[in-house]
Amino acid sequence: MSQLGIVYALLGAALAVLLAGAGSSIGVGIAGQAAAGVVTEDPSKFAKVLIMQLLPGTQGIYGLLVGFITLSKIGLLGGGMLDLTPQQGLLVLAACLPIGIVGLISGKYQGMTSAAAIGIVAKKPEQFGKAMLFPAMVETYAILALLISILSVTNLSF
Amino acid sequence: MIDTKYTYAVARIRALETALFTSATLDQLMACQTEEQCLQLIQEKGWGGADTPVNAEAILTREQEKIWENIRDLGVDMSVFDVLSYPNMFHNLKAAIKDVCTEENGKSMNIYYDDTAISPDEMLEIVRSKDFSRLPKYMAGAAKEAYETLLHTRDGQLCDVIVDKAALEAIYAAGKEAKDSIIKDYAESTVAIADIKIAVRSQKTAKNLDFMKRAMAECESLSVAQLSKAAVSGIDAIVEYLSGTAYAEGGKAIAESMSAFERWCDNRMMQTMQPQKYQSFSVGPLVAYVLARENEIKTVRIILSGKRSGLSDDSIRERVREMYV
Repeated sequence: MSQLGIVYALLGAALAVLLAGAGSSIGVGIAGQAAAGVVTEDPSKFAKVLIMQLLPGTQGIYGLLVGFITLSKIGLLGGGMLDLTPQQGLLVLAACLPIGIVGLISGKYQGMTSAAAIGIVAKKPEQFGKAMLFPAMVETYAILALLISILSVTNLSF
Repeated sequence: MIDTKYTYAVARIRALETALFTSATLDQLMACQTEEQCLQLIQEKGWGGADTPVNAEAILTREQEKIWENIRDLGVDMSVFDVLSYPNMFHNLKAAIKDVCTEENGKSMNIYYDDTAISPDEMLEIVRSKDFSRLPKYMAGAAKEAYETLLHTRDGQLCDVIVDKAALEAIYAAGKEAKDSIIKDYAESTVAIADIKIAVRSQKTAKNLDFMKRAMAECESLSVAQLSKAAVSGIDAIVEYLSGTAYAEGGKAIAESMSAFERWCDNRMMQTMQPQKYQSFSVGPLVAYVLARENEIKTVRIILSGKRSGLSDDSIRERVREMYV
């Protein structure tokens, strides 16, 4: 029974990495298909579309970051694992949810926006800067979720 | 949930769209003095192939082939494009029926379109053996009727009307069944424009109400009954009827001249396709690209033949279509 707290906490870390990582894979996958389409016809646009493709990749990194912080918070990384109560474990789990869920959803939609923006680059490469802003907007919400997840995990008092 | 299976294809089409002719390119083409200069210019733009002879027909045929080479290369489900090949298929049916009934027996194979689901030879074979059940369902009935009509009455026009109407109905039915809104829009526009064309031409050649009813196909945006009634009472009545529909511009074009009207018919289709420029995840941009390329080739053909026969710039310009991009 005493292990249940740590199970919840680990589940939180796992969800942060898993959901945000899945979001990024979907997003990078969608944008990558569009990028491949453009490069098939015009290889000179490779560098530009590659940057577009990478934009939805950040959610996975945010998830990883929260996962790391959580693991070190509960002492799994540095040794000397904390003895958490189930309530404390659930607190950690709750703290991990924002980046997990928002990472999944925003990753997918950022990927779709990137794919659309790659269409701009295909037709008007000189508008690359403007095109990049659209998918970057979606990033805002992933960052907000990351912020709350980090603040919550680091400020839990145990 | 948006389907992302066309993401690759649409992005590739976006890259290909940069090679489409703009109105500026057409102006350049118009500025050429002779057909040879025009051909040189379009070759510089990448038209034709390395081994294509420098003659208008060879280059344009090569471009027509390139459209489908590109689309097949995208690796998408080709059944979406079936409806675009209906007009060519029905044309082949007409040609085959006439060939068989006039005992030409395929002597005029050059009037057939090659790139269809049913090859010209097969079509000829089906009509020759009167085994119409081998044709798709939407074609079989009309094929039989047209064949018998031509055989008994020797009325080529009536045979054409039967097949053309079947083609329109098939396109419309395909549009109704299609999941993609682009095919619905294409079907609606095609049928409506064809109906208007029939009305205008019937009016010019003083056809009666029965003929028009036989030729026109039902669609949502026009009333066949009202349109044909208007056509009987005169060109002004057609214009007046159209002014109350989504095709008011067409009415104005009819009032202007026949070539302005023909141009409007093609422009209208391009306008229907315009929203596809902003789609990233549907099959729409692919269909729009095919139609845009066909429209482009048609326009270049008009300019080339205009230059060849020494038409004035104004009369060529009157026939030049709007471009997609």
